[in-house]
Amino acid sequence: MAVPDKTASPPSGAEPAAASDVTAKAPGTEHTPYARPPADRAADRRERARRWRASWRRRETRAAYGFLSPWIFGFVVLTAGPMLATLYLSFTDYDGITAPQGVGTANYQQLFEDPDVAKSLMNTLLFTVLRVPLSMAIALALAVLLVRVGRATGLFRTLFYLPVMTPSVAVGILFLLLFNGNVGLINTVLGFAGVDGPSWTTDGDWIKPGLVLTQLWSVGSTVIIYLAALKNVPQDLYEAAEIDGVGRWQAFVHVTLPQISGALFFTLIVNTIASLQTFTEAYTAFFGSANSQTYGNDAALFYVVHLFQQAFQYMHLGYASALAWLLFLVILVITLLQAKFSKRFVYYEGDQP
Amino acid sequence: MTQLTTPPAGPPAPESAPAREPAETPVRTKRLRHPREKAGPLGRALRITALTATSVIFIYPFLWLVSASLKPSEDVFDNALIPKVVQWENYADIWGEVPLLTWVWNSAVVTLAAAVAVTVSSAIVAFGFAYFRFPGRNALFALVISTMMLPAVVLMIPQYLVWNELHLASSQIPLWAPNLFGSAFYIFLLRQFFLGLPRELFEAARIDGASYWGMFWRIAVPLCRPALVVTFIFEVHASWTDLVRPLVYLRDPELYTVPRGLKAVLDQFGEGGEMRWEIVAAASVIVTVPMIIAFFLCQKHFTEGIATQGRKG
Repeated sequence: MAVPDKTASPPSGAEPAAASDVTAKAPGTEHTPYARPPADRAADRRERARRWRASWRRRETRAAYGFLSPWIFGFVVLTAGPMLATLYLSFTDYDGITAPQGVGTANYQQLFEDPDVAKSLMNTLLFTVLRVPLSMAIALALAVLLVRVGRATGLFRTLFYLPVMTPSVAVGILFLLLFNGNVGLINTVLGFAGVDGPSWTTDGDWIKPGLVLTQLWSVGSTVIIYLAALKNVPQDLYEAAEIDGVGRWQAFVHVTLPQISGALFFTLIVNTIASLQTFTEAYTAFFGSANSQTYGNDAALFYVVHLFQQAFQYMHLGYASALAWLLFLVILVITLLQAKFSKRFVYYEGDQP
Repeated sequence: MTQLTTPPAGPPAPESAPAREPAETPVRTKRLRHPREKAGPLGRALRITALTATSVIFIYPFLWLVSASLKPSEDVFDNALIPKVVQWENYADIWGEVPLLTWVWNSAVVTLAAAVAVTVSSAIVAFGFAYFRFPGRNALFALVISTMMLPAVVLMIPQYLVWNELHLASSQIPLWAPNLFGSAFYIFLLRQFFLGLPRELFEAARIDGASYWGMFWRIAVPLCRPALVVTFIFEVHASWTDLVRPLVYLRDPELYTVPRGLKAVLDQFGEGGEMRWEIVAAASVIVTVPMIIAFFLCQKHFTEGIATQGRKG
């Protein structure tokens, strides 16, 4: 917070050096005493307002806001404004041509009646629950393998990262090709092992597992994050563990995992948010053309696919806005729950940036 | 490559940074090594084997795709790595069947505009956050960070309406113009780099009479070129592969970018269409190859950029 230090003596006027010294200390000021007489707080507020006005007269402040202006403009026009617009539209009936008609909470009631909402929400949650832990576990296993092979690390890291570069549309196409139930490569290989592979692309029960497997192909970026985290674990912790006669597995659980918990937490949040918004691969493989309407797409109807269809194919912009807000709330709640839950497990070194 | 993470398995590891050795402990590294020390070379061989096997899984789909793109239609699903008949004409046909060249050109233009716009604007904003001390700074920066969590789809509808209002909703402009206002992740990334520059550099420049813009342009930008490259190539990748915005905005096939075009190719030649999967495969290869080349050219930057993400904490 750039709130000036309340306990500091008032700076003399708008003298630039003094003012910038005060604001420089700002990060420490959030721990102000709680119980202060109200009069004192009111004085504080006046003082803060005065300093704010004073600092506006400074050239530096104006220059700073000049540098920030592109983002501020973009935030107002392309983020905050749209958020509010979506909120407003979610209470209307709007087709993009005639003026929006207020319909009260009808759109939100429809969320509960539309069977596709429940279906797509379940599809999305199931996909997320399958994909996030699997991709984290596989990425961690690969990173642990990678970190101990010396110079070969670089080569394997490159190979693991290549799929991440592949455009998602091409990944969706590869899914259709490789997972084809009759003649696809996956089932051919399974056939060698005597396993009769399922119809991955047409059997509703197998579409999501197939898509999860396809997405595991691009765990490369998570691997790189874990690899960097693993390399930052201090060596002496292991030396201490060795002296204590700790086994490898115990050292992994009690030293390595806590030390990389920051990276684990970060990838948990990011992968969850991304999975809840999954769109391109499923849309490529199952939607968007007259031909692809025939099979399997109920199981691949993810939430954002449903939202996209409502908004831009049927032009139900009001209803789609309500769908968007529901997704926003779902993501917010899940992220907050994860953050609360993870607090107990994430270990931060004192010198976190 | 330092191996800091594990009880070193294998022969005495000279890589372990000497600076980290606690000075007081008598250096009896050999005895303090992990008990299963002898499994070292074997363990390493096992690791390499496991990694090689995994790499095959990661790389094989590419090879399969390239191979399929060279086969006659009826052989696509024979799953042979080497085509029985190599049919180079597939690559000739695709340009005739669909305006692929136009799409590649469109994508190149959009991608370049998107990457340049986001790099320049994010750098400017990041410098504003990194260099200046001003009221509201931390609150604003928290706001920037919080927009990273915002699902893109929530903004999709009203942004579409904004562009519609400007009569630009069926053009390529909405694909890159939002980048003119910076992007939260890159602002965060570049700010970290700018904060790493010694402040004395700027104070010295200020004494020499440099303007704030001069400090940004002549000092910060040249010294943070690697971070700017990371930003640029990340956005090249994001823009080149994006399907959502082209689906929302582009109606005219002449304006398609390659992901949108590839989707059209799939709908025309794939399942339920003409069933000429070799054409779909060839188009997929053409769309993917530029990204693979970009990756090999800038591999180090990609790795650095990704690793930095994890340190967001």
